[in-house]
Amino acid sequence: MDSPTKRRTALTGMGVVAPNGVGADAFWKATKEGVSVLDPISREGCEHLPLKVAGEIRSFDPASVIEGRYLVQTDRFTHLAMAAADLALEDARLDTADGSPFAVGVVTATGSGGGEFGQHELQRLWGQGPRFVGPYQSIAWFYAASTGQISIRGGFKGPCGVVASDEAGGLDALAHARRGIRRGTDAMVVGAAEAPLAPYSIVCQLGYDELSRSADPARAYLPFSADACGFVPAEGGAMFVAEEESAARRRGAPVRAVVAGHGATFTGTAGWERSREGLARAVRTALEDAACAPEEVDVVFADALGVPEADRAEALAITDALGPHGSRVPVTAPKAGTGRAYCGTALLDTAAAVLAMEHGVVPPTPGVTDVCHDIALVTGLARTAELRTALVLSRGLMGSNSALVLRRGDAPT
Amino acid sequence: MTRRVAVTGIGIVAPGGVGVPAFWDLLTAGRTATRGITLFDASGYRSRVAAECDFDPAACGLDDEQIATADRYVQFALAAAAEAVRASGLDLAAEDPWRVGVSLGSAVGGTTRLEHDYVLASASGSRWDVDHRRVGPHLERVFAPSTLASHVAEAHGAHGPVQTVSTGCTSGLDAIGYAFHSIEEGRADIVLAGAADSPISPITVACFDAIKATTANNDDPAGASRPFDARRDGFVLGEGGAVLVLEELEHARRRGAEVLCEVGGFATFGNAYHMTGLTTEGLEMSRAIDEALAHARADRTEVDYVNAHGSGTKQNDRHETAAVKRSLGEHAYETPMSSIKSMVGHSLGAIGAIEVVACTLALARGVVPPTANYEVPDPECDLDYVPRTAREMPLRTVLSVGSGFGGFQSAVVLRRTGAR
Repeated sequence: MDSPTKRRTALTGMGVVAPNGVGADAFWKATKEGVSVLDPISREGCEHLPLKVAGEIRSFDPASVIEGRYLVQTDRFTHLAMAAADLALEDARLDTADGSPFAVGVVTATGSGGGEFGQHELQRLWGQGPRFVGPYQSIAWFYAASTGQISIRGGFKGPCGVVASDEAGGLDALAHARRGIRRGTDAMVVGAAEAPLAPYSIVCQLGYDELSRSADPARAYLPFSADACGFVPAEGGAMFVAEEESAARRRGAPVRAVVAGHGATFTGTAGWERSREGLARAVRTALEDAACAPEEVDVVFADALGVPEADRAEALAITDALGPHGSRVPVTAPKAGTGRAYCGTALLDTAAAVLAMEHGVVPPTPGVTDVCHDIALVTGLARTAELRTALVLSRGLMGSNSALVLRRGDAPT
Repeated sequence: MTRRVAVTGIGIVAPGGVGVPAFWDLLTAGRTATRGITLFDASGYRSRVAAECDFDPAACGLDDEQIATADRYVQFALAAAAEAVRASGLDLAAEDPWRVGVSLGSAVGGTTRLEHDYVLASASGSRWDVDHRRVGPHLERVFAPSTLASHVAEAHGAHGPVQTVSTGCTSGLDAIGYAFHSIEEGRADIVLAGAADSPISPITVACFDAIKATTANNDDPAGASRPFDARRDGFVLGEGGAVLVLEELEHARRRGAEVLCEVGGFATFGNAYHMTGLTTEGLEMSRAIDEALAHARADRTEVDYVNAHGSGTKQNDRHETAAVKRSLGEHAYETPMSSIKSMVGHSLGAIGAIEVVACTLALARGVVPPTANYEVPDPECDLDYVPRTAREMPLRTVLSVGSGFGGFQSAVVLRRTGAR
């Protein structure tokens, strides 16, 4: 085996389940065109809540892609994760039949767990009695459900993990998969999908000061603009197949991107201005890890929380970490058109970054027209550009900051 | 050069006593802390026994804001972390905060408070369209599982990698394993690692009732947790929290810290078999043991003690016995293997960290804790389970293993410093 640092992590498969599209093609089309799918929330039991706008996935029928026996024992967040994993495995054409089952592991991130399933079972318990709680509550609600079910469904016995994190955990899951590969695992199925839009799950989120209460889908989530008034929650996410690069190339797999560097810090919940230093340090660590100069960064996928203080901190962090290049490099936030799917958000950004590099196109930030920070936010139409290196940023509402450097699949080793 | 990882402080909130002295006293005396459930009225439930903590957050030094905003399991972690940091002698204010991380596990997070407020919002389960005006403050911090690591990081000023790990009942072992990796790989010099859970609530008791995973031995609460005993009939739900200060060995030596032991190896695999079921062969747990020992550069014959998952379900005890035999070979028959769940119950994600603290104490003090309530051998479980009485013996290398819902199988190897 090569030394750990020589074992590079390639992304060879991508599966996207997003409010603006199921499947990478549909997702990329909507993302590139800057379509916003934010809409009044339509879930039963949510009509009366003060959260009015969300990013819902409306074109997904779990029964069409997931076997009945898995369907009944899982929550929607696991349906989405299983569907995304299927798409990623199909994309990677990963045939595990001949190899050791221990060569493939699974890692997911989640910040909300199986809330809809849990609310149903809580209703049975408290409305009818303890004997009405079903046998699957013990395995559907908890945070490990998606990793466990993907492992079982695919026969993957490698290192399995779950980062139960705030939003930044999405990138941390990719970093975790990369460490698994460095330590000798051949491939990891990695990502996150969230389904936080059941009525009680929304009630739990209402305490976030950062949550947008706007009832106008066109105005509810406008990061980096003077009208920024918070973020819109969403469901969905993405899964990837990550593989040791040389093994992937040997089997002729398409190397769509390389996970080149990662950094993570924590600056707490006392105020968003603290995330400036935390995020800048995460970026520096990620660049160093990737042996990447700041000027090599061709596009930044921003965290873009949509809270003025947080947006300011992020804009400053980008220039702190990238220097003068930070105010010139294209920055984008496609999530303004889909909402933030907690841990799934940064995985969707990662998917968008890989697609952007492949197509040589920076997708725009939907809905935003005025930018009140010193960054080159891409608004309006998508922009054509040669993209070899992408930086993905993510922060969590509990105070985590994370940065990921991706290199295009054909970048020299 | 390989960076080695020392344990320089431990802290614990466990059933039967808060703090390391009370915990170790319970284990070495072989007393059980299981009792009839008092945290809620369990009269309508199949399993009415639990291992509860008698916990006073103010007495453990938590401030008013922590008490107001932190859920019970987070409070366990805060108390355990404070004890661990105190014991380590570290002055964290003098350390580079960007090199200090937190890695904590929890299987079910804030379930208890989530359920409590759900009952208010739904008018006792009578409506799907829950009323947001009826819930208490700070519910968002309960909803987010990352709150666990976040609270502890804020209390100790950690700015390095901070994560919450949730791999079911291996959460504690995995959180310690990830922390070990992060120091070994140079991402941090100090990590507060451990786990906490406070799952003793109606929904959790009901969901284990539904699959008959927990004991129905309600008439004998003190004797209800009987790992490896032929009469066992399921696990006893517990709660608690444990935190270890993990520190890069040279960092610890430079400041003259007492090194309790080293974390030598860690590995985890999935069984890809069943969310709650286990095979009789134990192949995947065995592989985790083999890899963790290899990582620690320990031969299987060097293992002096196995801290078992030993939950007290028939399938677990047989699975685990098979796994240990597969990995240790004939040496398995000469190696004491006990389950402290017989005394402190099964606190889901927390228990792995509680068990690693028990292993640290066992190594440092040369005492193997027993399996309480073990009286009638099961012919299919034929190892030395250290019945009822603690055993004094010198220990250099110990192994702690765990299995979790979702198929997780993990192993951690601890060694006396100088054992490799």
